[in-house]
Amino acid sequence: MMGVSRMTGLHLAVALDGRHFDADRWVDLAREADDARLDFVTFEDTFGPPAGGGRPDAVLVAARVAPLTRHIGLVPVATTTHTEPFHLSTALATLDYVSNGRAGWQPRVSGDPAEAALLGRREPLGVEELFAEAADAVEVVRRLWDSWQDDAIIKDIATGRFIDRERLHYIDFDGPYFSVKGPSIVPRPPQGQPVVAALAHIPVAWEFAARSADLVFITPSDADDAARIIGKLDRRLKVYADVVVHLGEGGTVQQIADLIQGWARAGLDGFRLRPGRLPHDLTAITRELVPELRRRGLFTPSEKSTLRDRLGLPVAVNRYQEAGRA
Amino acid sequence: MPKQIILAAHFPGVNNTTVWSDPRSGSQIDFDSFEYLARTAERGLFDFFFLAEGLRLREQRGLIHDLDVVGRPDTLTVLTALAAVTERLGLAGTLNATYHEPYELARQLATLDHLSGGRAAWNVVTSPGPFFGANFRRGGFLDYDDRYVRAAEFIQAARTLWDSDGGEFAVDSSQFGIRGRFGVPRSPQGHPVVLQAGDSAGGRELAAQHADAIFSRHHQLDDARRFYRDVKERVAKHGRDPDSLKIIPGVSYVLGYSDADAQEKAHHIRRVQVSPQTAILLLEQLWNQDLSGYDPDGPLPSVDPVLDEDDTIIKGRAGMYPDRLKTAAEWRAKAEAKNLSIRDLIIEVTGRQNFIGTPGRVAEQLNEYVQTEACDGFILVSHLTPAGLDDFVDQVVPLLQERGVFRTGYETTTLRGHLGLPPA
Repeated sequence: MMGVSRMTGLHLAVALDGRHFDADRWVDLAREADDARLDFVTFEDTFGPPAGGGRPDAVLVAARVAPLTRHIGLVPVATTTHTEPFHLSTALATLDYVSNGRAGWQPRVSGDPAEAALLGRREPLGVEELFAEAADAVEVVRRLWDSWQDDAIIKDIATGRFIDRERLHYIDFDGPYFSVKGPSIVPRPPQGQPVVAALAHIPVAWEFAARSADLVFITPSDADDAARIIGKLDRRLKVYADVVVHLGEGGTVQQIADLIQGWARAGLDGFRLRPGRLPHDLTAITRELVPELRRRGLFTPSEKSTLRDRLGLPVAVNRYQEAGRA
Repeated sequence: MPKQIILAAHFPGVNNTTVWSDPRSGSQIDFDSFEYLARTAERGLFDFFFLAEGLRLREQRGLIHDLDVVGRPDTLTVLTALAAVTERLGLAGTLNATYHEPYELARQLATLDHLSGGRAAWNVVTSPGPFFGANFRRGGFLDYDDRYVRAAEFIQAARTLWDSDGGEFAVDSSQFGIRGRFGVPRSPQGHPVVLQAGDSAGGRELAAQHADAIFSRHHQLDDARRFYRDVKERVAKHGRDPDSLKIIPGVSYVLGYSDADAQEKAHHIRRVQVSPQTAILLLEQLWNQDLSGYDPDGPLPSVDPVLDEDDTIIKGRAGMYPDRLKTAAEWRAKAEAKNLSIRDLIIEVTGRQNFIGTPGRVAEQLNEYVQTEACDGFILVSHLTPAGLDDFVDQVVPLLQERGVFRTGYETTTLRGHLGLPPA
């Protein structure tokens, strides 16, 4: 009966992939999704520019729209392959602060030799190593998020101490790709652990997701395929199916709503809708599809304020605080 | 028209200038604090907002320093969020050329420039040595002697990428061998404004060749004039218009209803900034050894400072004392002459506010600095987060406007335009 219980509480996300650098357009798109009370929006990115035009840095786009949106989760893609885990951790923690607990992150790996040449420091890694390095990067990012206990800032006037340094923790990560000492420079973010999402399109990515992510995006061909993939995934993961929405090219809102209703029975937690053309297909989603899904009782906007809460993720326990108590 | 004053607002940082114990002191992390200060600066028609960067928490005696504000957000993320709640204010951030890489940072800065409509600025610093490297892939790879080589090549690489208009680029230098397609179209400013903060001859040369502005630390009028003349001459030698490099010291100020009132407030603030514990830690930073057994209300140590610059007692803060023995002798002489305890001496020699007085007095002094070529403007550092700039904006800015030395409205949309810099 799992499918039935989830039928009433599907989560809805929308993927934004814009090759433009106009802040007002990004704000308009994010507000459109925010006003429709979707659960979160993802911002596509790659380390190097794809053919046909580059994108703005997705973490910064998310930061740019954060103060001008109210409810919606903000989940940028950021690459782990050629970047510093320390910078990723502090940037995403800061995104969580500027959005008051609405931040997430979709890590991406890069095996493209052209992207390696943009950094110019090493040859591209094989796919197994790329995911091993990504898992290490997520581990470092997560440890840094926990490296300040929530009660670390004490402002104790009697002793003159701003922090209790016993409540800050060196993470001492030492791996084959990098070593990171810690602690973070940013106090623990509002969610404790911002939400980590992963594409789960190949088996090595399923393993990565099981170790590193809170939720995954899958690309099934039909409801049976969705059920088959879900059966292979770690049971703790929240599972979202990617659905491309191209209205006006033979698709109707009713047909997409039917598809979502049908696939949901496979045990999906939600859907990430990928508008084919912006802003046309986004407004079709927010103004036609979402009202239809609400009529069918498939989607109810969440009243929760943090992204973890609205996605039904448990409160993030601080690994260091627990270790201290044990 | 008299020379116009540049004004910038520094978000209070992680040293003892920032008084966290004051009941009016707010969060140094919550976005509300950043938004408040940025909106205040924009209300005051400031040129830009300035944010430092943290790469590792400061340590002293091998322990995380706990007496000052600790922790801050990521520079680029906060600046980009501030672009959403301001319209004209420039957004400047310190970003370290040692622990960033040109392609990624140039892309992020160009993104900020696009998403802010041409308001981005980058303060270039480097960190040689191993301390910060412990948090990054390459560890402490940069030698002290290479710090300006890295900074200069980094700036040149970034400019190459910005000039590519999103197209193909190649950089081959001693620090970088990178090539590919940039992907970001030319941003509103062409190049974000580049600031530089180094003070040695190498740092001045770097600025004279590559920077649009210097974040300087010369405060005494005569000293500031010498620095100003030296740097502007270097700029001219490199074939640039001396006016194309702005010199902007970081300064503190205290306002009062009378000059005596301001002096009294300033003294009180300094005593709060230098608690007994802080006095010992600041003394250790010059003496370079553990002085925790000394009484802050007692006399200075009779032993001499330890001269081991490779293993300093404080880590994560730029060196402040090029000649420890000379400075220690000066401090001892001052303490003996005035019969000062350790704490009284530290209050005397560190952190004296640069401009103290009535709003009229402070406006007059600021203007004197700019009109007599001691600097082109100021980066104001207040001791309170985030409301520390309120009195300056409400009381000093109108007086500068009356004198005709500060704008009465924004006349341009980009930071480059506010500063009167040539197009990139």
